[in-house]
Amino acid sequence: MDTIEKQLKVAPKNRRYIIVVTTILLFLFVWSLTALSFENMQESGWSIAASILTGIINPDLELLLSFTSQGVPYLLVETIAIAFLGTIIGAIMAVPLAFLSASNIVPAPVAWLTRLFLIMVRTVPSLVYGLMLIRVTGPGPFAGILTIALVSIGMLSKLFVDAIEDLDIGVLESMTSIGCTTFEKIRYGIIPQLFSMFLSIVIYRFDMNLREASILGLVGAGGIGAPLIFAMNAYRWNEVGSILIGLVILILIVEIYSNKIRGKLVRG
Amino acid sequence: MYDKIFPPKKIALPNGKVVIEKRSPTPLILLLLLIGVYFSVQLTGFSLPVLFERWDQFFVIILDMIPPRWDYTSHIWQPLLDTIKMSLLGSVLGSLTAIPIAYLASNNIVKNRVIVGIARVFLSILRTMPTLVMALIATFIFGLGTLAGTVAIFLFTIAYVGKFLYEQIENVNMDAFEAMESLGMTRVQAFRYAIFPQVLPNYLSTSLFCFEGNVRYASILGYVGAGGIGLLLNEGLGWRDYSSVGMILFMLIITVFLIERVSEHFRKRLI
Repeated sequence: MDTIEKQLKVAPKNRRYIIVVTTILLFLFVWSLTALSFENMQESGWSIAASILTGIINPDLELLLSFTSQGVPYLLVETIAIAFLGTIIGAIMAVPLAFLSASNIVPAPVAWLTRLFLIMVRTVPSLVYGLMLIRVTGPGPFAGILTIALVSIGMLSKLFVDAIEDLDIGVLESMTSIGCTTFEKIRYGIIPQLFSMFLSIVIYRFDMNLREASILGLVGAGGIGAPLIFAMNAYRWNEVGSILIGLVILILIVEIYSNKIRGKLVRG
Repeated sequence: MYDKIFPPKKIALPNGKVVIEKRSPTPLILLLLLIGVYFSVQLTGFSLPVLFERWDQFFVIILDMIPPRWDYTSHIWQPLLDTIKMSLLGSVLGSLTAIPIAYLASNNIVKNRVIVGIARVFLSILRTMPTLVMALIATFIFGLGTLAGTVAIFLFTIAYVGKFLYEQIENVNMDAFEAMESLGMTRVQAFRYAIFPQVLPNYLSTSLFCFEGNVRYASILGYVGAGGIGLLLNEGLGWRDYSSVGMILFMLIITVFLIERVSEHFRKRLI
């Protein structure tokens, strides 16, 4: 037996574990196939698919380029504004919650309770929040902002917590040893460590919120969603095409820039 | 660019040496943010007074949800299982389909720039489409029901897992791949034996994470008629039957929590 074969024998054997997990997965997969039903599929499906495609290829250029309040550019700017304000408000609300659920800052029960609360906040679908908040503000972009703020809290504080728990305590200890006050420790020891991480997380979430804001129109909370849905339900596919093209271009541009900025922030 | 507009501050040290301190961009960024906030507030009609006056309205619906209607549980099981099935099927099929697409989109394996470009544009366009919009289009093509929801989740999973996977593939160690190629394996074979094992743990973990998120997304897909628990949710909200809505949300939260726990357990084992 040469060295290679010996090495091969040494490799950990977890075949049984893999087989069990694969079987469970296969079983679940077959079980989930039962959810599919092809009954509702109609012959007209393919012709609709074709007309959607032609609509996207021949967009309604007038709508795409007009700068009135019904035009795509205005709606996109409104969507950006909703996502922007929503992200800022959400980030401001997420910071205290993140500190409250960081296990190296507060006692374990408090951290645990806050986390449970965050899971609950995160699971409620955004459309439900949208409907609740429309009671507060009436339909319109204002409700959209508050909805975006609420749905971003969950993920933002989860990522903030990771950053907080990675804090380098050594810096704080050395600051204590040279006689810094608590305020100085926070200002020069904690904020510089967290700020760029937080900013990068917030920019990432803004990216996602833009997508979120584009569907809130479904419940009447402003943004580009409502015109999109109306156009779809009326089968005006070239309008749908122009709205989708605007949306895709906007999201791609924002994504490219946000990736660049985040890269700079993380690398310092 | 920035340094030219705001020249760096020069400090002369006592020993005559001159040190350059770059100006911090923070004030400029803050100013831009404030301008952004101002215009957004103007555009969207955001007003704090309304918020302070009417914030209690937000809790009206929440209070109506308590106590939830416990006897409604029997109606929830089937749609809830449908939601899980939809997201499971969509995630499994989607993450399997993502492998060949990610293969085509990684520029260290496929040398043809055109193919790489096409694969990447395809992934980007899929990713930028909001899931709900995709589900809505799918209901037009596949009819109302779980099939449309599964298709929407399937497409979203391809985009999400595909992007992560090709970024992983581009960062792997290429030595083994080159060695296998020089032994006479084809590129696909070398990919299978040299690169796939390297990215496998991360790939599985990303797929699991995507599945977690998909359960949450799938719960609203019913809103546009794409099957699952969203249908009940929509109905309950439409009839203002908030105690049933409370029960649905309660079950949903528990399910999502359990799935997150299980998937987190496996993801920790993988990495």
